[in-house]
Amino acid sequence: MARIAGVDLPREKHVEIALTYIYGIGRSRGRKTCEGVGVDPETKVRDLTDEEIVRLREFIDSNYQIEGDLHRERSQNIKRLMEIGCYRGLRHRRGLPVRGQRTHTNARTRKGPRPQVGIKKKRQAQ
Amino acid sequence: MSRSLKKGPYVDEKILTRIIDMNRRNEKTLLKTWSRSSTIFPEMVGHTIAVHDGRRHVPVYITENMVGHKLGEFAPTRIFRGHGGKLTKEKRVRLK
Repeated sequence: MARIAGVDLPREKHVEIALTYIYGIGRSRGRKTCEGVGVDPETKVRDLTDEEIVRLREFIDSNYQIEGDLHRERSQNIKRLMEIGCYRGLRHRRGLPVRGQRTHTNARTRKGPRPQVGIKKKRQAQ
Repeated sequence: MSRSLKKGPYVDEKILTRIIDMNRRNEKTLLKTWSRSSTIFPEMVGHTIAVHDGRRHVPVYITENMVGHKLGEFAPTRIFRGHGGKLTKEKRVRLK
């Protein structure tokens, strides 16, 4: 089982793609990792030799910030914004879009599901 | 689009000269400004700058973390007091 950075890579996929299961590695880094290590991006994970896995792991460790560290850095950046009380921080606190998008409509990703209005009314009618 | 690096960060000259002057004389007085788009420089750390929000000057105490941000980011121009005050009141009455 190929385990890199605490993530199990799917055995049936090409290395290039399988690497993207790691947080912090997308298609581009997946490909670059393969190139940097000298592994054909299209070999399946199950066909990798132990030695190749070690090399992949080392390459990723030394070049990219991934998983826990990346999560931590991200949340620290957001926390910093919230602490200094700047506009972006206030938006994060309120769970609203941070980069000036409209909130009259849309913005559902940040705001979450629409609050249901009118449920109480129905109950009264019954 | 972000500002060209060639120009360097924007700051109202007047603020910076006054801050530097204050640093030299080791004093800290409230500095009123309308220039919300000025970048916060390391020299300003520890000062309190009153940034205009359209109505009044909001005192902003500059800390190290704020360097690189703009003054206006710390003086919100809009106050949101919530939607539908009357509506919710009506509902409450109806539920009673």
